[in-house]
Parts: sequence; structure tokens; C-alpha cells
Amino acid sequence: MEHRLKTPISKEDVAALRAGDLVWISGTVYTARDRVHALLASGEDLPIDLAGAVIYHCGPLIRDGIVLSAGPTTSGRVGRFTREVVDLGVRLIVGKGGISEDAEALRGRGAYLAYPGGCGALAARKLSVRRLYLPDLGMAEGLWELEAEGWGPMIVAIDSFGRDLYREARRSEMRS
Amino acid sequence: MRREDLVCATVAVLAEAETVLPSWVEEAIREAADRETSPIARSQLEAILENVEIAAAGGVPLCQDTGLPVFCLEIGRDLPIPPFLEEAIAEGVRLATDEVPLRPNAVDPLTRKNSGDNTGPGMPDLIIDLVPGDCLRITAFPKGAGSENGSFLAMLNPADDPLSFVAEEVAKRAGRACAPVFVGVGIGGTFDLAARLAKRALLHMPGTSQMDRNLLTEINRIGTGPMGLGGDTTALAVRIETALCHTASLPVAVNLQCWANRSSSATVRDDGWSID
Repeated sequence: MEHRLKTPISKEDVAALRAGDLVWISGTVYTARDRVHALLASGEDLPIDLAGAVIYHCGPLIRDGIVLSAGPTTSGRVGRFTREVVDLGVRLIVGKGGISEDAEALRGRGAYLAYPGGCGALAARKLSVRRLYLPDLGMAEGLWELEAEGWGPMIVAIDSFGRDLYREARRSEMRS
Repeated sequence: MRREDLVCATVAVLAEAETVLPSWVEEAIREAADRETSPIARSQLEAILENVEIAAAGGVPLCQDTGLPVFCLEIGRDLPIPPFLEEAIAEGVRLATDEVPLRPNAVDPLTRKNSGDNTGPGMPDLIIDLVPGDCLRITAFPKGAGSENGSFLAMLNPADDPLSFVAEEVAKRAGRACAPVFVGVGIGGTFDLAARLAKRALLHMPGTSQMDRNLLTEINRIGTGPMGLGGDTTALAVRIETALCHTASLPVAVNLQCWANRSSSATVRDDGWSID
């Protein structure tokens, strides 16, 4: 099934997503990777409201306010903060490689979407810069507020019902 | 050799490597997309091919992770080694960071402070080989963190089976390393030589031996697939390089490379330089 979603993301939006579905997103997307997650885990108040938010595991390449290349970074490095992120209201996490060890935190509350890794030039065509928070963290680690315009398709890789395509890929490996 | 030639050649190979995928790599991805039986896996490979077109057409980096600056230098034995060798290449990296542009990725490992221009202690990383002749061949091989983080080294027991070990570990790690991956394998040598063999195996891709092909088949049989989402294509190519090791040792190193197997070479001569 295909879903064209606008931010903020509602509970119903999340509940309609099933593993394997395709998603396109329009609206606000926040980048967050190692340093932003570390701040968040230390209880620091972030300068943004994450209710119904989409966060993107990404350290973009940006020049003069233009997104040049902005594919996903490996989600596994920040997966252990999934519960904290979802507790703050985040409903969709976009990344690559999955967060299988921490997928339980999404149950009934959020979904994980896979955007093809390395496809930075492709993603950049659908993303523009609104502003940069925490500029001291640098280009890759800073918290960018991006505007997405029909950005996708992403694959629902972990849905809110506990289905996880990464685990299924590993299960099929054991059968063979 | 003129310093400015080496600086310009460095900027040029880095710019080309970051924006244009070598044609044999693109061809390998295209063949995999044609063969792939999983629709989700095929969608990932098709997105990659579209991304490659957009990057080349727009002259923008394929991936936002423009990597750490790694260069292979093949230095002719008849070439007097220029005193500015390392410094001119570092200058080229600084210029490329500004001009391409590249994301500043290089940070102090402990303070995590970013140097701002991809250079500093240990960077750029220069892999030096001595070869016949009187030229310098410089190859940019920028290395992103996703696939570097999935790389590994183990000191196995001589009785262990290194190939099954590599196949299982690669299948486990490839999803987070932007599969389909290229797998550089170093078997033998010492602790650090095994790692160097693995890196050189990537630089000498693709592998052509029967052992390379068997390991590729074994990795792909496991079904991790593009981006770990399941499918037929976990690896695009494997190359194994070996060296003698101690009778009591079996070092095995694997350097993973994501699908964006970026590289570009130039030759610098006495009187100028050109892209290969």
C-alpha cells in the first residue's frame, strides 16, 4: 500500500502503516544523529517540539542553505535511544539498516522507515533547509530542520505491530 | 614534479570520485537489479541507479558521507620523492572540501572536535606502493563510515575455517553497511598486515579467482539483501588477498565497502598531470 503523509504525523497515520508499504512525506523533518541523541538522552531540552514529528538519521551535506546530498546514516548507532525519542512524541523515524534490537519501543506508537542508503543526491531533490539548531555541533551532527516535499518512497521496515523486515531477512537466512 | 600539479590532481581525483561512480561499479549494480527477484530489493537498487545519474549530471556528491580522505599512491622507483608530497595532497583535500564541496568529517577521536577541513593528524591517509617507472599515480578512495564501521578483524585459530567465518560476519553486518557491498578480505600476515591486505583487496577489485567467486556465492546465499531488507544481492564482488602468516596464527580482516565504491586516479609526471 502507498501512503502520502503530511507532518505532524497522527496516531492513525502510524496505525495504517504495514511493513512493506511505501511512504512519501511532506512537511517538517528533523535530522538527528549521534550528538543530538546523546543530548536528548542526557535529559537536555531540545529547541524543538517533537510531538508528531519525523526524525531523520542523517548528517546532510549543505552549502549556502542548499541541501546537496542528504541520504540516511546508519540507525544502529542511535537505536538504543528509540524509547526516549518516541516518549517525546516522535512518530516516524527514517534511517537505514534498522533498529531491530530496540524495535519494541515502536510498538503501538511509531514506525521505522527505510530510505535507500547512500542515495544522498536523490534525497536532496526533495529536501530544503528551514533552519539549523545547535550549529556548534557542526554540519553533520547539527540539528537541521528540513522541509520535505513529497519525499520518498521509503519502505515501512518496522511497523507499529512488531513486524520487522530486517529480522525477517535474517530469519530467511536461517532457513536456507 | 611541480607542487601545483600534485595539488590540482588531488582536487580532481577527489571531485571525480565523489560525484561519478566508476562505470564497472554502476554496471555491477545494474546487473544485480536485473537479476534481483525481491521487489523491495530491486527498488533499493533502482533508487541507487537513479541517485548515480543525478549525482553525475549535477556534479554533486553521490552520498552525503563524502568519507575520510584515503589515497593510494603508486610511486615510480625512478621518481625522486618530492619533499612536498604529503603536504601538497593535504592542500588538495582542503581545497576539495571547499570546492566540491565535501562534508567536514574528520574529528579528534577523543574530544570529537571537527578539524573543519578533513585534514589533521593522520589525515589524509596515504597508502604507498612502490612500482616501476618515473611517475606518481594517485587514486582517491574516500571511505565512508557506514561500511568502515562494518569492517572487522579477527585472530582465528589455524584450525578455523576463515571463509565461513567471513561469510557469516559479512551477512550479519552488510545491512548496516549500505549493501550491496564490496568485500575486501585479507587472510594471513600479521595483525596489521591482514588489515592492509583487506584494504588493498578493495583497491584491486573486482576479484576473479575461484575462491573469490565461491565466497561471493556463499555471502549472497544468506539473503541479507540490499540495505538489509532481504534479497539476492548482499555483495557485488569479493576479493581475497593473502600473505604468509605464523604457523600458530590465522589473522583474517575484512574491509567492507558500500555500493558507492568511489575511486578515481590521475598520473602526475615531471611536466604535468592527467586523469587516468
